[in-house]
Amino acid sequence: MFFVVAGTVGLALNVLSRFVGPRRRQSATKTEAFECGVPTAVSRFGRREKVSIKYYVTALLFILFDVEAVFLFLWAKVFRSLGWFGIVEIFIFLLVLIFGYIYVLKSGALEWE
Amino acid sequence: MTAELTELALALGKIILLTAMLVQVPPIMIWVERRGPALMQRRRGPNRVGLFKWRLWGLLQSLADAIKLIFKEEIVPVGAHRQLFQLAPLLGVVPAFLIAAAIPFGPPLVIAGLTIPLAVVQLDVGFLYILAISSLGVYSIAIAGWAANSKYALLGSLRAAAQMLSYEIPLGLSLIPIVLIYGTFDLNEIVLAQGTLWGFCKAPVSFVIFLVCMFAETNRAPFDMAEGEAELVAGFHTEYGSTKFAAFFLAEYVAMFVLSCLAATLFFGGWQLPFISPTLLSETLGSVMATLCGVAVLLLKAAFFMWLFVWVRWTLPRFRYDRLMALGWKFLLPLALANILVTALLLTLTW
Repeated sequence: MFFVVAGTVGLALNVLSRFVGPRRRQSATKTEAFECGVPTAVSRFGRREKVSIKYYVTALLFILFDVEAVFLFLWAKVFRSLGWFGIVEIFIFLLVLIFGYIYVLKSGALEWE
Repeated sequence: MTAELTELALALGKIILLTAMLVQVPPIMIWVERRGPALMQRRRGPNRVGLFKWRLWGLLQSLADAIKLIFKEEIVPVGAHRQLFQLAPLLGVVPAFLIAAAIPFGPPLVIAGLTIPLAVVQLDVGFLYILAISSLGVYSIAIAGWAANSKYALLGSLRAAAQMLSYEIPLGLSLIPIVLIYGTFDLNEIVLAQGTLWGFCKAPVSFVIFLVCMFAETNRAPFDMAEGEAELVAGFHTEYGSTKFAAFFLAEYVAMFVLSCLAATLFFGGWQLPFISPTLLSETLGSVMATLCGVAVLLLKAAFFMWLFVWVRWTLPRFRYDRLMALGWKFLLPLALANILVTALLLTLTW
């Protein structure tokens, strides 16, 4: 229900100016992507600027480490009933994780130049 | 049947109240954000717009801006992906509002034999819910930058997306000691457990990590490379105009507010006054007053964090991007992991 209300607020913001705002003639200059007044180099959809692959690597690493975080949350919840077994077990888990982390660090995936 | 109806009505009432409150946040914050630095830099800031003869310290400036934005023409840049371009602001606003649903804003209200929890949904896993929904915000930014077919927007959104993903991990990990200490995902129980000693005292390292990540997650200074004006014009919302532009601001400020509330809830006792037990308060003041008091206390604590956002923005210079990534991955992540281990060890030893 809250989803619907929040959606309505967002949608209202989205379409409000279409009804209220002025409609003027659209020209090629006006609708071209903003590049400080210089004619756009790439304007057709689908042809993109090349971007650094680092962003892709970061996203991959995020998925890896976030899955660990999910596991840690569940462990944290049952931590009290596990006692020393839980501690030892999470030490082993984190040891493996830290090995992976060191590998990532050494392979230079986290270096931005 | 009537019980179900009252429940439905209550839920609807809470939703409308919360939405009304959240919509107020951005205009007031934008005003603070302009008057605050004016105060620091010895200038006036917006102080003209008022109602009739009262100027109200320019408080209505944001309202005037909002009205202006509504009456602006809407432009979809040539070559933009139309559907995604329209969808992106919506995707930003909805998660920002949804996170607020799980935050307990006050002690349960008791009226006519009914106990009303002051959160839109009383979730056992409120913690996980907030983390899950708050990470959805990254879609809005990534899609907005990609769909606009503009170099500045694309670069800004990529930076923002990578930054939010990177800081998502320390943010999540920094909250694990809180779960360890209180042994629950229920935010209301966490608040109640902080009656005499705030969570901040029990997990100071967590709080510092959380604070840094909070700034990075909302793309605020000093981590606002995503919209670094000097290099990227405005980042991912360069091509947006009119109310869509306003939608991005709404999403950003609501996210800031909700994270402030969360910080207050987890580390500073939430709606509880320090050293005063909630039962004592409701007995002396009555349930309604106690609830109002709790809401006021939480909002005050959240207001402090909101002010901190403004304060830091005008104090610290912007980070460099490689430094930002290094801070997230090489410092905060190991620190958060070590923090978990140390907390777990200490807890086990001092059982």
